[in-house]
Amino acid sequence: MSSEVSSGGGLLLAMLLLPLVGSVVVVPMRSAPTVAKTTAMAFALAELVLAALAWSAYNPSGGRLQLTLSIPWIPAFGTRFALGIDGIALVMIALISVLVPIVMGSSWADKMSEDRTPAGFYALLLSLQSLLIGVFVSTDVFLFYLFFEVMLVPMYFLIGRFGGPRRQYAAVKFFLYSLLGGLVMLASVIGLFVVSGNRLGHGTFDWATLVRIAGSVPQSTQIWLFLGFFVAFAIKAPLVPLHTWLPDAGAEAPIGVGVLLVGVMDKVGIYGFLRYCLPLFPAASRALAPLVLVLAVVGVLYGALLAVGQSDMKRFVAYTSVAHFGFIALGVFAFSTQAQAGAVLYMVNHGISTGMLFIVVGMLIARGGSRLISDYGGVAVLAPVLSGMMLLAGLSSLALPGTNSFVSEFLVLIGSFPRQPVFTILATSGMILAALYVLWFYQRLMHGPVRGAAVVGALEGPGSTMAPEAAAQRQRARFPDLSIREVAVLVPLVVLILLLGLYPQPVLNVINPSVGATLTEVGLSDPVVGQGGR
Amino acid sequence: MTEVLPSVAAAEGTALYAWLLVALPAFGALVLLAGGRRTNAWGHLLGCATVLAAFGYGVVLFSQTLGFDAAQRTRELGLGTFFAVNSLQVNYGLRLDPLSLTFVLLITGVGGLIHLYAIGYMAHDPGRRRFFGYFNLFVAAMLVLVLSNNFVTLYLGWEGVGLASYLLIGWYQDRPSAATAAKKAFLMNRVGDVGLALAIFLIWRSLGTVQFSEVFPRAGEIGGPTLLAITLLLLLGACGKSGQFPLQAWLPDAMEGPTPVSALIHAATMVTAGVYLVARCSPLYNLSPNGRLAVAAVGVITLLIGSIIGCAYDDIKKVLAYSTVSQIGYMILAVGLGPAGYALGIVHLLTHGFFKAALFLGAGSVMHGMHDEIDMRRMGGLARHMPITFVIFSTGYLALIGFPFLSGYYSKDAIIEAAYAAGGAAAGLFGTIALLAAGLTAFYMTRLMLMTFFGEERWRNLRSADGHEYHPHESPPVMWVPMVPLAIGSLVAGYFLASGGRLARWLEPSVGSLVAAEAPFPPVLVPIFTVLVSAVGVLAAWLFVGRNPVPVVRPKRVSLPVAAARADLYANAINETLIARPGTWLTRALVFVDNKGVDGVVNGTAALLGGSSGRLRRLQTGFVRSYALGMLGGAIVVIAFLLAVSYS
Repeated sequence: MSSEVSSGGGLLLAMLLLPLVGSVVVVPMRSAPTVAKTTAMAFALAELVLAALAWSAYNPSGGRLQLTLSIPWIPAFGTRFALGIDGIALVMIALISVLVPIVMGSSWADKMSEDRTPAGFYALLLSLQSLLIGVFVSTDVFLFYLFFEVMLVPMYFLIGRFGGPRRQYAAVKFFLYSLLGGLVMLASVIGLFVVSGNRLGHGTFDWATLVRIAGSVPQSTQIWLFLGFFVAFAIKAPLVPLHTWLPDAGAEAPIGVGVLLVGVMDKVGIYGFLRYCLPLFPAASRALAPLVLVLAVVGVLYGALLAVGQSDMKRFVAYTSVAHFGFIALGVFAFSTQAQAGAVLYMVNHGISTGMLFIVVGMLIARGGSRLISDYGGVAVLAPVLSGMMLLAGLSSLALPGTNSFVSEFLVLIGSFPRQPVFTILATSGMILAALYVLWFYQRLMHGPVRGAAVVGALEGPGSTMAPEAAAQRQRARFPDLSIREVAVLVPLVVLILLLGLYPQPVLNVINPSVGATLTEVGLSDPVVGQGGR
Repeated sequence: MTEVLPSVAAAEGTALYAWLLVALPAFGALVLLAGGRRTNAWGHLLGCATVLAAFGYGVVLFSQTLGFDAAQRTRELGLGTFFAVNSLQVNYGLRLDPLSLTFVLLITGVGGLIHLYAIGYMAHDPGRRRFFGYFNLFVAAMLVLVLSNNFVTLYLGWEGVGLASYLLIGWYQDRPSAATAAKKAFLMNRVGDVGLALAIFLIWRSLGTVQFSEVFPRAGEIGGPTLLAITLLLLLGACGKSGQFPLQAWLPDAMEGPTPVSALIHAATMVTAGVYLVARCSPLYNLSPNGRLAVAAVGVITLLIGSIIGCAYDDIKKVLAYSTVSQIGYMILAVGLGPAGYALGIVHLLTHGFFKAALFLGAGSVMHGMHDEIDMRRMGGLARHMPITFVIFSTGYLALIGFPFLSGYYSKDAIIEAAYAAGGAAAGLFGTIALLAAGLTAFYMTRLMLMTFFGEERWRNLRSADGHEYHPHESPPVMWVPMVPLAIGSLVAGYFLASGGRLARWLEPSVGSLVAAEAPFPPVLVPIFTVLVSAVGVLAAWLFVGRNPVPVVRPKRVSLPVAAARADLYANAINETLIARPGTWLTRALVFVDNKGVDGVVNGTAALLGGSSGRLRRLQTGFVRSYALGMLGGAIVVIAFLLAVSYS
């Protein structure tokens, strides 16, 4: 039971600890908001550098888990502080490391209510980042469970303290849902320990060992254990009908927190499917796949239809995500490397495009002061750059070819089709609904004559008899287009959307071997084997 | 159909730079859209230059290819990986063959002229630079579509065209009708896109590849039912992009964009994509007679619908729009006839590109001189006031109605003849409908000519919508000069392309040789009949609107068929009743259920577990510490349990 550290193993530990240290450093800076924000941003950027190092240290054709580190932790029940990543975890920690500085930049000018300080907000963001990284780099099931539960705490405070008018309700609902899922999962985690004890003579939480013995566990046992994990992940992902906490939490969370909630934290659910449900319970995964596929496809269509019907911009974004998570879950449980690679890429792309959509919506709310779509209209005339950014984020969300999401959605669908033609056809029709909800949303906000209480309210004031030029100048002053800071926040996302839309292969090269291994662990192979034969 | 497909050679020499065809307009779009106001001064010039340069390079490639033997005219240029996951390999690559090069010349040539025209037409629009950015994006996407050597990058261009049309149809952002039309165009296109996507999925599942050069030679390995499904799904895609039944309703609404947009969409780019797709996939359609029949049937239905509705509109652009719907119907019918028609469809596509562009730009010129008036009832007698426009428009008109020896005479008559000759139960029906629609075409176009350019000057005592008197005047040279080559094309392109089967022979390596089918009657009769039927149409139009005064306000009380035609044969009403309204109800119901039902059940369960809703409410007021304590308590229980398990 000694410590084992592979080369580069310290890197993940550093990634885990750095934001935590940053959080501790930032907390006391209550009276110096700018210093607090700058310090936090410096830590976030340093974390991004570490992520880049991890990316270059990772060898796609190397072992199943890399950059590993394993220290004895609670020997009494065989749990170790074990870290390591595969390609799937790598792209997720890269996503986190890219999004956190962007979120900080976008929250820079947020107004805080009475007793809230930026120091507290940014410290919570950093600790949340640390815990999210922890979830993705753990290779010990118990350690994973711990991060999975504890990451609720900073998120709870971020929503409950810094959120919108109904923040308490939303935060509690989010917390209760997640806690419930976590408890069910805990039962399965314990069960897993017991089962491994029966097989090996000593119980273990080591992921790789558990995968090795997975095949020998009877299917009925697998199904019970699978369901425990599945419920927790399905709440987190979220799959219909366990999604109703998301619109509330997404709507009440501050914009930046919403980005991390929908863009990253929800992905823990999908990641859990891939990393835990499939390899640890292969027989159960195969047996229960139809159930998940039904939920996935229902999610695609149901989420899209509800997105069409939303009147609140932030709830709209949340429901579009429900639809996207349906696509991702379809890709995971359709059991082909194409679909699974698409699902993993979709996790990254959804973080980028929905993150951007959330941030642009936040910029609009910062100008008009309302979350309701009907309070806006004709914004394109006043703020063309803002509306252009909104359109690009929307086009990425509807998976237009040339943007990042197309590649992932296409991979999910084409990869799912050979095994699951009916589900795939249904999900593909969701593409039409996606075009509908994005373009209708955009049309109501941006097109037509300038109208809506929020826009008109912002523009109104003394001096209605001004000369046209003076009036236009006043309009620009009262409903300004994007500032340089706002453009700087969005430009990295724009670049990623186009780059991953036209040249996604470097990311796929990292993902492909890992999903290939996952599919092997499920005990299946690709339905379509290539250009040579049929 | 055991025809051996020509081998595919690797591109070399000048063709190695064929990616420039796409890169030039794409670069233009990037500079104009990302460059912002700094590029306002010269943006339109760059926009034109990129397209014209692409045209010049296209001509070089084209003439070079002419020098090769027919068997070596298909070349491919690989440009690296787009994305790949194990057995799914998607590459960037260009296919340079007679079919794609023909389209390149049409897109960049006619498109380039429309670009030049737009310099004048959009001169007073403050957003002209952005307009040219979108225009270049349109051309670039269209070139990706026709030059791709695989189905996935074809799809990339396919949806890129949809995006560009969305941006351009919705150009007048402050008009709600423009925004709605743009959204409608994109949505109906997306319905078609889903068809194309599913076809690609099926092809990949069957053959494990999406490359044309591997799919087409191995098309025979695909099972019959699957192949039929593929051809029908491809047809669905073609219907969306080309405005064919039942997805035709977006195309007339697309008139909400500035007139150069209409010309670009209707003549040179977008709507021709469906015809291209079927012709490109000819190796698949050759093996599927039922798939071909479906294509031909859709074409016939659409050409009839378009020509009927075209008779009822007073909006000059809408008449031309339905004319496009109808003419694309002819092309789809032609390519649906298989080897007997692929080349004929492309010939008509090219001649139509000339005369429809001339007509649209001419209509734009009329609007330019008439304070953007589009109602022909408020026009009349304009020939004297804008003589150049009148002459150019007339050439387009004569070509479209198939006046002997002009472009449409060759291209449209050949399709009608081939439809009759196709054999099978439907042949007589298809041919006859196509023949009758030629008469309707002559009717609505003559009506348009008479109402616009002849007769009483009804605009004399009227005011435009923005309160000006009408002072019709000729357009500046920057607008009419680009129309001249289009007019010349309207006159001679048909003879040039069709005589001696010139284009058909050129296209052989791409779509196979043109199989001349046996007509059930002497082929010379078809042109005679067509000219006769068209003459009847012209005469009827004269009797209706030439001889009698035209009321300035459209008559309200009309016969049932006219009312139906005015309502687009109820296509929108049907969409509204069957899809839009139930969809709205469904959405509202689901929102209600999600708020009250799904969420309610979950909250209710929570309340039940919590003992009472009152206690739940107390929970929700949020005593954070108690949750923290709860978590701590939970953790203690967990660890205790684990210890118990491990020491038991």
